[in-house]
Amino acid sequence: MSFISLLWVLLLGSLLGLELIGKVPPTLHTPLMSGANAISGITMLAALTLIVKAEGNVPLLIIGSVSLGFALFNVVGGFFVTDRMLAMFSRKPSNKK
Amino acid sequence: MNLPVIIKFVIDLLAVLLLALGIKGLSKVKSARDANRLAAFAMSLSVVGLLSYYLGTSGIAIQSWIWIIIGSIIGSLLGAILAKKVPMTSMPETVALFNGCGGMSSLLVALGVAIFPISGGQENFDFFKSLINEVSISVSIFVGAITFTGSIVAMAKLQGWLSTPGWTQSKVRHFVNIVFAVASLIAFFDLINGNTSSIWLLVIVSSLLGIGVTLPIGGADMPVVISLLNSYSGIAAASAGFVVDSQLLIVAGAMVGAAGLILTQVMCKGMNRSLVSVLFGGSLSAQSTASSGSGEYTNITSCSVEECALTLEAANKVIIVPGYGLAVAQAQHTLREVTKKLEQNGIEVVYAIHPVAGRMPGHMNVLLAEADVPYEQLKEMDVVNPDFPATDVVLVLGANDVVNPQAKNDSSSPLYGMPVLDVQEARTVFVIKRGMSAGYSGIKNDLFDLPNTSMVFGDAKKVLNDLIGELKDLGVGEK
Repeated sequence: MSFISLLWVLLLGSLLGLELIGKVPPTLHTPLMSGANAISGITMLAALTLIVKAEGNVPLLIIGSVSLGFALFNVVGGFFVTDRMLAMFSRKPSNKK
Repeated sequence: MNLPVIIKFVIDLLAVLLLALGIKGLSKVKSARDANRLAAFAMSLSVVGLLSYYLGTSGIAIQSWIWIIIGSIIGSLLGAILAKKVPMTSMPETVALFNGCGGMSSLLVALGVAIFPISGGQENFDFFKSLINEVSISVSIFVGAITFTGSIVAMAKLQGWLSTPGWTQSKVRHFVNIVFAVASLIAFFDLINGNTSSIWLLVIVSSLLGIGVTLPIGGADMPVVISLLNSYSGIAAASAGFVVDSQLLIVAGAMVGAAGLILTQVMCKGMNRSLVSVLFGGSLSAQSTASSGSGEYTNITSCSVEECALTLEAANKVIIVPGYGLAVAQAQHTLREVTKKLEQNGIEVVYAIHPVAGRMPGHMNVLLAEADVPYEQLKEMDVVNPDFPATDVVLVLGANDVVNPQAKNDSSSPLYGMPVLDVQEARTVFVIKRGMSAGYSGIKNDLFDLPNTSMVFGDAKKVLNDLIGELKDLGVGEK
């Protein structure tokens, strides 16, 4: 992958992000922030790559593993917490009335 | 292209699509929960894609598997436990903590690549050979470190572990932060010149910069800061994508970065603050010292729970204004009991939700939803404001700045121009509050001095419990 095409990817990804969130009801600000935050834990892929490519270099394996731990803490915790918040919204309209 | 490459390509494409749909869906109430699961699924898919690609090409050593499993189990387990256990009231600081760890992860990846340049051989994995690699490593470290320390400071401040030190409100802080910023720039150029050891300087000064920038910001602005830091962690992820040459990482990181920026903007609008003043203005109370000549209250009326109950009993329409105090007291369920009684008596009850009530937008909605308050009773500010003149009683529960009439009347007030709830238009206002302390902004609330406002002092939960007792004695809510 050439650097230029990676830049294209960056540009288009940013534009996509700008477009995705138009009008968000204030109710959803916290869950949206928390969900997006979980997605930013995608760096777990970078950590995985690091571990796979470490080729037996133990310090590098450890750094990669710690990094993976941090990322997954973000991802798993983020998605669970978002789900907990959203579960409260979805429950109630059906519950009442 | 051989098979593993094609498979990974397809999976990555699918993952990006699902992530985009996920973010999109998260901005609508109906689809939000499914969208969150979709995004989680897309993330797991991307892991499967990556692992299967390496299995199909270079293979994954047993040793690597061991470290992968150790890291995954510890990280996921801690994350899941925290997510299950943390009370709804401390959501903002939890999001900040998660976010900081995401930043830390990007930092570590870049650091690992920088310290141990791997003689890759396969693909174009020549670490640290090109300028691009050095730049993306530096950016990952810089942004990752700021995200990490900034988020941790934000969390500590929201938890009340850290206060705003006085010196951070003086002009000195700009100087200090500029020094940190310049030092990071120097470290950056030094790094590009091939001096690998300056990477540690970069780590240290960018960490300090994250602290220096976040520490002066007041509690009221924290939600905006967390949202901004969230956007940063996306940027950190994208630049880590450049480091390890992963398009998926770049797209996802850029998406989160951009979406976070938009969300930050939306939040700023809700509070009538510009991003620049949030970041560099210091905390609101510091700015207000000049205009706080009228800092003393002159006309406070305090009343008992009994009087409050009597007034409520005679009302036709009641509006509840919840705030952070309600969250702190964990009083949402007790509040729900009070309103249930009122409703049984034929009194109309509505909750007025200010866009930034609590410490994070949407905070109150989450809290009240937890207490089973019907969704239809939650009214947003613009909808509910015209209703106040026709309202008999307003109960302000632990909210402060969002009901301060100064924002409308006093052009010298730092709050001036912030959209507020016009509670003073109602016939009677009860403010349930622990004491006369100011809100996050640290600004005097003119509402408390108005003749139609009565203060009921006490912890929100205790007052509401007493209120239930009084209402019972009055026969309210019993058929």
